[in-house]
Amino acid sequence: MSFSEQFIVHEHDVLVIGAGGAGLRAAIEASAAGLKVGVICKSLLGKAHTVMAEGGMAAAMGNVDDRDNWEVHFADTMRGGQYLNNPIMVEHHAKESPARVLELESWGAVFDRTKEGKILQRNFGGHRYPRLAHVGDRTGLELIRTLQDHGIHQGMEVFMEMTVVSLLTTGGKISGVLGYDRERGRMRIWKAKAVILATGGIGKSFRITSNSWEGTGDGHALAYQAGAELMDMEFVQFHPTGMVWPPSVRGILVTEGVRGEGGVLRNSEGKRFMFDDIPDAYKNQVAKDEEEGWRYVCGDKNANRPPELLTRDHVARCINREIKAGRGSPHGGVYLDIGWIKEKLPNAADHIKRKLPSMYHQFKQLAGVDITQERMEVGPTTHYVMGGVAVDGDTQMSCVPGLFAAGEVTAGLHGANRLGGNSLSDLIVFGKLAGEHAAKYAKNNAAVEVDQAQVLAHTNAIMEPFERTTGENPYVIQHELQNTMQDLVGIVRTETEMQQALVKLDEYKARMKNVSVIGHREYNPGWHTAIDLPCMLVVSESITRAALERKESRGAQFRDDYPDKSAECATFNLVAKKAADGSMQVTRRPVVPMRADLKAVIEKMK
Amino acid sequence: MSTPTTQSKPVDESRNVQFRIWRGNKDGGEFVNYTVNVTEGMVLLDCVHRIQAEQAPDLACRWNCKAGKCGSCSAEINGKPSLMCMTRMDTLPPDKVVTVEPMRSFPSIRDLVTDVSWNFRVKKTIKPFKPRKPDNADGSWTMFQQDIDRVQEFRKCIECFLCQDVCHVIRDHHKEDEFIGPRFLMYTAALEMHPLDTEDRVGDLKNRDGIGYCNITKCCTKVCPEHIGITDNAIIPMKERVVDQFYDPLTRLFRMFKGK
Repeated sequence: MSFSEQFIVHEHDVLVIGAGGAGLRAAIEASAAGLKVGVICKSLLGKAHTVMAEGGMAAAMGNVDDRDNWEVHFADTMRGGQYLNNPIMVEHHAKESPARVLELESWGAVFDRTKEGKILQRNFGGHRYPRLAHVGDRTGLELIRTLQDHGIHQGMEVFMEMTVVSLLTTGGKISGVLGYDRERGRMRIWKAKAVILATGGIGKSFRITSNSWEGTGDGHALAYQAGAELMDMEFVQFHPTGMVWPPSVRGILVTEGVRGEGGVLRNSEGKRFMFDDIPDAYKNQVAKDEEEGWRYVCGDKNANRPPELLTRDHVARCINREIKAGRGSPHGGVYLDIGWIKEKLPNAADHIKRKLPSMYHQFKQLAGVDITQERMEVGPTTHYVMGGVAVDGDTQMSCVPGLFAAGEVTAGLHGANRLGGNSLSDLIVFGKLAGEHAAKYAKNNAAVEVDQAQVLAHTNAIMEPFERTTGENPYVIQHELQNTMQDLVGIVRTETEMQQALVKLDEYKARMKNVSVIGHREYNPGWHTAIDLPCMLVVSESITRAALERKESRGAQFRDDYPDKSAECATFNLVAKKAADGSMQVTRRPVVPMRADLKAVIEKMK
Repeated sequence: MSTPTTQSKPVDESRNVQFRIWRGNKDGGEFVNYTVNVTEGMVLLDCVHRIQAEQAPDLACRWNCKAGKCGSCSAEINGKPSLMCMTRMDTLPPDKVVTVEPMRSFPSIRDLVTDVSWNFRVKKTIKPFKPRKPDNADGSWTMFQQDIDRVQEFRKCIECFLCQDVCHVIRDHHKEDEFIGPRFLMYTAALEMHPLDTEDRVGDLKNRDGIGYCNITKCCTKVCPEHIGITDNAIIPMKERVVDQFYDPLTRLFRMFKGK
């Protein structure tokens, strides 16, 4: 079979991989520049993981509290990220997110309103003022649907249910990508001048996760294999509140919005344990008692936040502590209680259903629990990776010319820990920037010829599992990998356990080369799992190696053997890169220095 | 002080459940039997996953969020269009074989996966949102919660297409070329009732989108996993707008004079 018979070939100026919030926003921007744009989505259009985001998007519009502005948002984000963030990105984000939110409204988004008819904003962990524009607890759906419904009229070509297996480079520059369509199992080549990765997260490397099957770190691995750098991979966010019971829903997200609306955490003794441990950086920003916390929830500008609204890393660790101390709930979580607000509000049940409709349904239908009357059982769940492809803070381009990235697959904005609500705004701010700069790059650079040998080598590799008849079931390896990461590189980490994890990962790497699959190439989930495995392994290895190298506890990384922050570790980010011999090298890179005017902002907000 | 918990209900013992799952593609197929050990709290999608992992790794099915938010895992369970992720096993008759089929109104791709691309093509034909000029100097608009409540109900739609699957105009009469189905009648209603929108889609509803085919049997509303009042709140008001604009004698007279 000739090359052109074997492959369906497409050509674009800008190709976007991923159709969540960042991918769609990038594609809209590149289309607006008058270029030929393609979008590849792993699922159907509109089903990407963005749809799961619940609480809202952070933008300092000051609609609810006029003391809010970009400077406060900047300082909150840097503090939340423990100052390992790239300040240039944090500045872009804090300054530009209000305009991006208004832009969504001009494209048809319908946000909840204040009494004055403005976009309503809600409280969230780590944000000083009510800052999250939202639609009940289904903000992600509103975001993705708005971008989708606007985007389909902007001329972009959408490829649904297709998976990219390799980035193609020629002479170190991006020339296109190789992938397959799930429906037929046929290989396709997309030639492109610029490629934007917007592939989201990595949660599937862990057993308990809020992520769907798609979160296998494809973009992280594709970039790494193409020579890009992965930064901050040790920082994996364990969201404090995932469902824990029944077993089949373990890990599904329970929005922080529950706590934003007054939900409190209690242990098996009924104690509100979050008051027991307040980090120094937040000493002056936390309510002194339950009464003040409730006043904050009700919008009293003189009150400080309840401790349940501290950053996610801290809340997750406190929950973990209670469970380990034997004060957990029957199924290994703690209690999240929103029903108690009936003591304060006459129509509490209706209020909860209106503010948190999908949480109400989720618990009612999946757990048989009425959250207006009963407590929820919750525990930490792997939710988000702060680390990802290292990019230029202004252009979003990686060190591979022509390769851009936006959204969760990118490192830099969130540092050591992401604040809730900063993800959706990340998508639209940096989706736009990536789209804009990828378009510029595509206009200024000629297309690079695709290397056919590279294409054939990758194609042969992914077809191999069909040829083996006695190999291993890919699901088994996936399962073991998830257990390894959950048990040995999870929320509390030690040198010994992580060394054990590295040994296991090596073993999976060897076994992965011997998986076999049965059946057709058409829509074959076993085969897709086999293709996902190498991506999950790159991600898992980079997390483990970086976590070993960072000998301190900071943000989302908690080391039992190094429980404190180290001043030295505050000075660098960790970068994983593929060495010439194919091994993974992790090196230190000084954090991006902060300009004097931004330093002044931090001082002012202390 | 704190709310009591009843979450630790007694653990149901595991039991074996028989499944009949349709396997095949556009050229035909058959039901294949599987047995799955079901434990407390499992949903139907868990059973399908267990079959994939242990018995049939090539069994095709769509899914993403597993929490009723993305609308990917639509299927027909014991004949009823439902989301597999939101169907708890303990809500199905305990001693009966569970039948799982793909959505029957759409062409088969493989096993439980169907070709729903028609829906995406239809959406593209509907005139997009066109807002009035911003109300305020900063580019924002003033809208009140009571003005957007009804639109927000429609925007809860997760595009599972179960309403399209169950609608007899599509399922039995295959009017796909003349009728856009409940999902897109409601999508049009959401645009028409958007307080900022200035576009007019009522003519399209009558002449192109086949709103007249809907005879309000409300099957779509019954299967909607988001419990949206598709028929009462979206389709009927749109039918009324069509009547007002095209069949009301006074409006007709007015249109004659305006020459429209």
